[in-house]
Amino acid sequence: MAVEERDPVTGRETTGHEWNGIKELDTPVPRGVLIFLVVTHIWAVGWWFFAPTWPLGSTYTKGLLGIDQRTTVEENLVRAQQARSVWTTRLETEPYETILADQQLMGIVRSTGHQLFGDNCAACHGVDGSGRAGYPDLTDDDWIWGGEPEAIEQTMRVGINTRHPDSRIGQMPAFGRDGILEREHVSNVASYVYSLSNPEYSTPENRERIEAGRTVFADNCAACHGDDATGNREVGAPNLADDSWVYGGDLQTIINSVHGGREGHMPTWDERLSNLDIRTLSLYVYDLGIVGR
Amino acid sequence: MPEFFHRKIERSAIGFVLAIIAAASVGGIVEIAPLFTIDETVEEAPDMRVYTPLELAGRNIYVREGCYACHSQMIRTLRDEVERYGPYSLAVESKYDRPMLWGSKRTGPDLARVGGKYSDAWHVAHLINPRDVVPESNMPAYAFLARTALRTDDLSDHLRAQRRLGVPYTDEMIGNAAADAYGQAAPDSDFAAGVSERYGEATEVSAFDGVASRLTEMDALVAYLQVLGRLTSAAYENTAAPQEAPNPDN
Repeated sequence: MAVEERDPVTGRETTGHEWNGIKELDTPVPRGVLIFLVVTHIWAVGWWFFAPTWPLGSTYTKGLLGIDQRTTVEENLVRAQQARSVWTTRLETEPYETILADQQLMGIVRSTGHQLFGDNCAACHGVDGSGRAGYPDLTDDDWIWGGEPEAIEQTMRVGINTRHPDSRIGQMPAFGRDGILEREHVSNVASYVYSLSNPEYSTPENRERIEAGRTVFADNCAACHGDDATGNREVGAPNLADDSWVYGGDLQTIINSVHGGREGHMPTWDERLSNLDIRTLSLYVYDLGIVGR
Repeated sequence: MPEFFHRKIERSAIGFVLAIIAAASVGGIVEIAPLFTIDETVEEAPDMRVYTPLELAGRNIYVREGCYACHSQMIRTLRDEVERYGPYSLAVESKYDRPMLWGSKRTGPDLARVGGKYSDAWHVAHLINPRDVVPESNMPAYAFLARTALRTDDLSDHLRAQRRLGVPYTDEMIGNAAADAYGQAAPDSDFAAGVSERYGEATEVSAFDGVASRLTEMDALVAYLQVLGRLTSAAYENTAAPQEAPNPDN
């Protein structure tokens, strides 16, 4: 092997290998690349001293800078909390009426609340809070458990039909399925309830079933929904005399509700969200109702 | 100088082989060596419980359907993630995840703490057709899960395999796997008590898909989703994150 052989065209040395008369040039790595490689190696070695790197049996080198991502994120969170403390303290401590009267503070509630609502509530109640079948509309003036900020806060904290010790319990029995009412009575009472929000349904030919349904209602439903069917927020019984429905207000859906009962579930947010978040959202949801009115 | 070194080493066959082995093993060492310190890096979580058979079955469905391709289960140590999803994930929280499902891509949101965030009914409606509850969603529909009976005859084997990998399932848990899977989704049945007895009172026993009489894959997947982030409250301790620990009784 001719080690010192040089290629006459480029002047480079060859590797000394030859394949069928073809020789390979021994071109060195370009200088720029080489310098870059050396610098990165030096950087890496330096990093060993400054950042956590090498495992040492039962521990590891912690580095001179003491970098720890968990500490970093917690410092960031604390710093963010401090930066916001000007208004967060007010939101957390001041009564709801004072905050509602302060338009500047309510501006913050609207923007922060919108984020929180999107992350936590929108999956069920919709991005604009208008709800859908099974998930109440939060933008109207019709509330099942109360629409004051305090009531909204309580609903959020304990949830509805959750395992929270103070959970709101709202259970509509399955009058048809569990044999409490006969089939005919179910359909009569549904007709009566339907007629409350649809006066045009009270035609002479329907009168008989509506009147029969009125009796069934008084005996079975009025205890929770009230004699005039306007509901009772103490027990989460919705108003049945208005246009607003959780599960749907057509005759068939009402029959389904009476037959199979309803037991909606709203998660408890007491542990998942901070006090500040819950108060912000209570105000935000209350405000949605006002804007929607 | 570098050229000289290269030339010298290249011309020594054994030396060059050793140099190749040394260079190629760097990647391996970097990945393997941290495992030597695993006792120090994985946190303590005395309250950690294992997945119930139903949750494990749900987890297998999660893997089978490739949910991990779009959903991560790993809240990173970044402020925006902590503020949106809750405390950052700890290694110990996936102690019984074999394999782990941390994932690295989020077409959908992170699911590490989705347990308890929505109702069972929401999960069922969402899996049957995501657009019904989230109009802008591009997640596929998994309606067939509600129609597919859950296979339970091999659940004991699944638990046994997990035990081989270090998950502390007892003989009793393995023996009752199928019954516990049925009981967890049928609150009024005779089998429900065994689930609370073996996996703790905090274990959610519920007709997850809304029908207690029939055990479907929907039951299993919803049971699994509802327990994500709730096997231990370790992440809520010693953290500046604003959230408080979840009360497992709720």
